[in-house]
Amino acid sequence: MASESIDQGEPGTAGPTPPAAAPILSLQHASKSFGAIRALEDVSIDLFPGEAHALVGENGAGKSTLVKIFAAVHQPDSGRLLVDGVEVAMNGPADARDAGIAVIYQEPSLFPDLTVIENIFIGRQPLGRGRRIDRRSMRNQAEAIFTRLGVPLDPERIARGLSIAEQQIVEIAKALSLDARVIVMDEPTAALSAVEVDRLFGVATALREAGVAVLFISHRLEEVFSLCQRVTVLRDGGLVLTRELAGMSSDDLVRAMVGRDLPAREVSDHTAGAPVLEVGRLTREGVFLDISFQVCAGEIVALAGLVGAGRSEVARAIFGIDAYDAGSVTLAGRSLRRSSPTVAMASGVGFVPEDRRQQGLVMPASIASNIVLASLSRLARFGFIRRSTENGFAADWAVKLQIKYGRLSNPVSSLSGGNQQKVVLAKWLARRPSLLIVDEPTRGIDVGTKAEVHSLLDELAGEGVAILMISSELPEVLRVADRILVMREGRLVAEFDHTVASEETILAAATGQSTGVAA
Amino acid sequence: MTAVPGTAPVTSNAARLVDVVFRIREFGIIAVLGLLVLVTALIQTRFLSMSELQFVLVDTTIFALLAVGETMVVLTRNVDLSVGSVLGLSAFLSADMFGKHPGTSIVTVFAIGIGIGVACGVANGLLTTIGRVPSLVVTLATLYIIRGIDVLLVGGGQVVASSLPNSFLNIPQATTFGIPDLAIVIAVGVALVAYYLRSYRSGRELYAIGSNPEAARLAGIPIGRRVFMTFVVSGAVAGLAGVLWAAQYGTIDSTAGTGYELQVIAAVVVGGVAIFGGSGTVIGAALGALLLNTINSALYVLGISNYWDQAIAGFLLITAIALDRLITVQLTAALRRRSRLGA
Repeated sequence: MASESIDQGEPGTAGPTPPAAAPILSLQHASKSFGAIRALEDVSIDLFPGEAHALVGENGAGKSTLVKIFAAVHQPDSGRLLVDGVEVAMNGPADARDAGIAVIYQEPSLFPDLTVIENIFIGRQPLGRGRRIDRRSMRNQAEAIFTRLGVPLDPERIARGLSIAEQQIVEIAKALSLDARVIVMDEPTAALSAVEVDRLFGVATALREAGVAVLFISHRLEEVFSLCQRVTVLRDGGLVLTRELAGMSSDDLVRAMVGRDLPAREVSDHTAGAPVLEVGRLTREGVFLDISFQVCAGEIVALAGLVGAGRSEVARAIFGIDAYDAGSVTLAGRSLRRSSPTVAMASGVGFVPEDRRQQGLVMPASIASNIVLASLSRLARFGFIRRSTENGFAADWAVKLQIKYGRLSNPVSSLSGGNQQKVVLAKWLARRPSLLIVDEPTRGIDVGTKAEVHSLLDELAGEGVAILMISSELPEVLRVADRILVMREGRLVAEFDHTVASEETILAAATGQSTGVAA
Repeated sequence: MTAVPGTAPVTSNAARLVDVVFRIREFGIIAVLGLLVLVTALIQTRFLSMSELQFVLVDTTIFALLAVGETMVVLTRNVDLSVGSVLGLSAFLSADMFGKHPGTSIVTVFAIGIGIGVACGVANGLLTTIGRVPSLVVTLATLYIIRGIDVLLVGGGQVVASSLPNSFLNIPQATTFGIPDLAIVIAVGVALVAYYLRSYRSGRELYAIGSNPEAARLAGIPIGRRVFMTFVVSGAVAGLAGVLWAAQYGTIDSTAGTGYELQVIAAVVVGGVAIFGGSGTVIGAALGALLLNTINSALYVLGISNYWDQAIAGFLLITAIALDRLITVQLTAALRRRSRLGA
């Protein structure tokens, strides 16, 4: 099998790059689909002993799928996995563990009722006589690990109440306790402070020097450069490149991640009217901080950034689903009461949530009843709704949005993803909102319907509706939005007018490479 | 998270806090129990008579057994509602052996009772783990099915004490220093199960599964196998309890054990086992069973209608849940504070 590693020269960074060593772990030509979605296509990656290997790519590039294949949570549809040059079949997380692969997930997955020690050793506690758990040995090992990490975490406390950073430390301790030969870190630094990141890097470097292969996934490119020797870039589930980091710039990396030409504008420019939504210094402790912006009538404002940057949380706070600690939300000059979606709706806000199946629709209910769901009080007479009124209303909107359906009485689950999303939009548009918040409006929707949704948003803006759009797809942001706000780690870090924005500048701001010019 | 000298004692305080809280949880039941016995005895001295106490203890052992099995199921975030029906079926079929085949050895009868329980447990376990049906639904169905089989088999008849050998009926009567042998055996059994849950991998994994099923999956814990095992244990224990129930009461018709499942779950929750799994001890559950049974007897001795019994059990249940909720909230807040101090 052809190795993807290209050159071994220029070991610029500390530590020897393995020249002739065989890879510990080698994934060859792996593909994985979920239903009709191809998450990974013909991806090969080799991890050598003593290297820190970065895995980068945009949201949805296939990184998480790759991680889950290494963790044996998913099995590839095709392709081979070799450990020490021998093909292995891993059927579950226990197999991966036994093969010496430890995975630190982005979201810590601890047992809140068990102690820190037990969390580290669950399923493989050291045994004493009669196969009983040797608590003393377990405690000693845990303390040794925490000493090595330099963390004063009490190993005997239960995990409930640990901060995210502390939970992450426990996950790292777990990986260390495994004596793993391959450690996969899926954005381990997302919740850590600078000091903690330094400490983690110290540990990662020590591990690497001891011959462990570290696969490091991060959106923070400066971290990639400071820790890793080689990098693999994924895009849309495919492999873009694997090469030495030495000699690459972060611009090269961003270009490899994006790899597309600037898409053409799909929509007309809008003339912004009076401010509809004004958000002032909105803060929710630990989630987002000091967020201020406004959205005007007839304007589409996009909230861009990486997954987990706090965009959806801001939207949920505006709509009143989540509470916030400080700041204000003003709608058309009137302050909006916090944590009340009912009030937000009554004031003319529509909210199309990120998770259409769970939050946007009542899946088993009919198309008609989903469309009228947010307008029931207007359709009711003396508290009763006539089926014919409901159907007439739903049919009007279904035609307006060109929803392709069999019968209005069919369950909404019978529709395709794109048409389901149109039903959600119809539900809100029927209320004639003055502000529409759409979170990932075209996720998992085919190209044709996507364009229809885009032109629908365009039309709405033309009619004077203020639109706040959250999207992780940069081409979509550039095609549709008039203004682009970029969030990173809970803060608003940049604002671009669509005329000056590009995928590179947005991604650079989102990953902390530079700050954009405030417009 | 910087290493500041002097943070260690702070965090070990947190550990001690957790420790104390859990000790208090079981201590609380014992205190209520003591108070109850004292008050009842002051009003009606008959309550402290040997025969009365012995009856309560034997009765409790049957409940405690069921509670231990139920605890193992509940720890994994499941529930077994079929225990009352299993007890009934096992009680009838095992006792009926003496009538149908006189001379059957007591050991055989126990084996039959436990075997019936295991079979029911296997059915519950398979439907839950392989069929992926929520255990609440599965065991609600088997509750009715097993009771239905019981009614079909028993018909309108019953097994009466006179058809049972004295050696069988005497099992609950045997005492050592005034304490029923059965209670001693069961107490030892509860202690052994508690030790198993504390000190063996598979025992700890039951807590892990109930605490965070998704994390348990990622940790490679064989969830299906463990959950299946808890249902088999719960079934076996209910089968055993059925045989003991037959020996204790002597008269068995098709209603034996009706409604026990809810009393057992009440005992488990009053005993401090979280209804959504992940925490609690079998000792607590056994103490919960003892408390509920003692209340029952106390009301009887005091001549209060036993309709009050259920109301009081319900009140205790709410108190226990409110208390647990309060403790969890307080504890979480306390641990947060500690972790900030340690930060």
